[in-house]
Amino acid sequence: MCLAIPGKIKSIELQYDGTVRMAKINFGGITKEASLEMLPDADIGDYVLVHVGVAISKVDEEEAQKTFSYLKEIGELGDLTDVDDYLPQKEGSL
Amino acid sequence: MKYMSEYRDPELAKQYLEEIKNTVTQKWSIMEVCGGQTHSLVKNGILEMLPKEVNMIHGPGCPVCVTPLNLIDKAVYLALEKNVVLCSFGDMLRVPGSEKSLLEAKAKGGDIRILYSPLEAVRIAEDNPEKQVVFFAVGFETTAPANALSVIHAARKGLDNYSILASHVLVPPAIENVMEDPDSHIDGFLAAGHVCTIMGNFEYYPLVEKYKVPIVVTGFEPLDVLQGILMVVRQLEDKKAEVENQYARIVREEGNLEAQKIIYEVFEVTDRLWRGMEIIPMSGYKVKDKYASFDATLKFHVDIPEAEENQDCIAGEIMKGIKKPFECPEFGKKCKPTNPLGAPMVSSEGACAAYFHYSGLVES
Repeated sequence: MCLAIPGKIKSIELQYDGTVRMAKINFGGITKEASLEMLPDADIGDYVLVHVGVAISKVDEEEAQKTFSYLKEIGELGDLTDVDDYLPQKEGSL
Repeated sequence: MKYMSEYRDPELAKQYLEEIKNTVTQKWSIMEVCGGQTHSLVKNGILEMLPKEVNMIHGPGCPVCVTPLNLIDKAVYLALEKNVVLCSFGDMLRVPGSEKSLLEAKAKGGDIRILYSPLEAVRIAEDNPEKQVVFFAVGFETTAPANALSVIHAARKGLDNYSILASHVLVPPAIENVMEDPDSHIDGFLAAGHVCTIMGNFEYYPLVEKYKVPIVVTGFEPLDVLQGILMVVRQLEDKKAEVENQYARIVREEGNLEAQKIIYEVFEVTDRLWRGMEIIPMSGYKVKDKYASFDATLKFHVDIPEAEENQDCIAGEIMKGIKKPFECPEFGKKCKPTNPLGAPMVSSEGACAAYFHYSGLVES
């Protein structure tokens, strides 16, 4: 039930006598309507996560890349730790 | 689709699996809280590919599974006895009540409609002023803002023929309940990414502090789940217990403040019975007095006592992660998605349904 899908805002219109922003959102070719009441900053062209007819989060494009670089990052951290093992120990340490 | 398909890359999935294998040195039990994550694990074959040291335990994060039997009975009663237009998300329809499911009530002539959004139910109410429309408002924190918003829309339009049958449940008290149960032994958690999208990560710091378990807020695609597992395993191996956010492309630390404002406008926290489990203190939402005229239970004076569960169903043990679906003697025999004995076999998030459809344990 917590299923939510990311889509791109195509257009925005005001409904309910101008009080509610409703967006047409494109999900890989299928367009559906969703309320933007919980995302006051969302604009045309943004990718937003939609759950049961309501947009609940804007996709952070920079963070979105981190899953692809995480393994490399932790690999590099591991390398750094290895290098530390070979460095001369500080004075005062055992 | 952008921001979905790239998180299904099989090559990178293999690398994540390899890294998990290289990192793990002992047996760990990790609970994925959300049923959506359970399905991702089983459907994508991740469970079978994980090293044997990583024991995934399936959590109670399936709203359909934990909605009390009594509430299904109330929905059936409203549809058949009060002749309301009963609107619901699709996956509630086949959940067995004490006598019948909503689908069976529909076959008996009840006006029961499957909707994608509670906002559509408000439109139905607006278009049919002569009918009473009730939305079956179940779900976790993810769904609460949309259900609350439907009440706000109806109030704004001055509709007196719209109400909700609400039974919301909350994740952090359920995690606490699982940790306090002497029969469950969980070393770390994947927290439900979409719940945290709304509520943020704050509620998990006290849990990490109290129970000394890592909690990683995690998404739902295969790479999300694998990365979440790796992050938990790394913490466990390093003897750490912290809150981490794997799903930062969607989840902000503070959550969605607008959504929280909408929730607290309409709902307040209350004790809640979890089907198959027990009453968990402060674990759900109920409609505030201010919006009492939109609370279907009060509006229609629905007073139906709690009924007995089917004794053959071990849903409670499944949901606390004490037993796996295939350990139930009725799994795939008397209990199937077409004839479920309990809710976990029904829902697209139920652990039993996931094992039935994808695990290869049941011959099709």
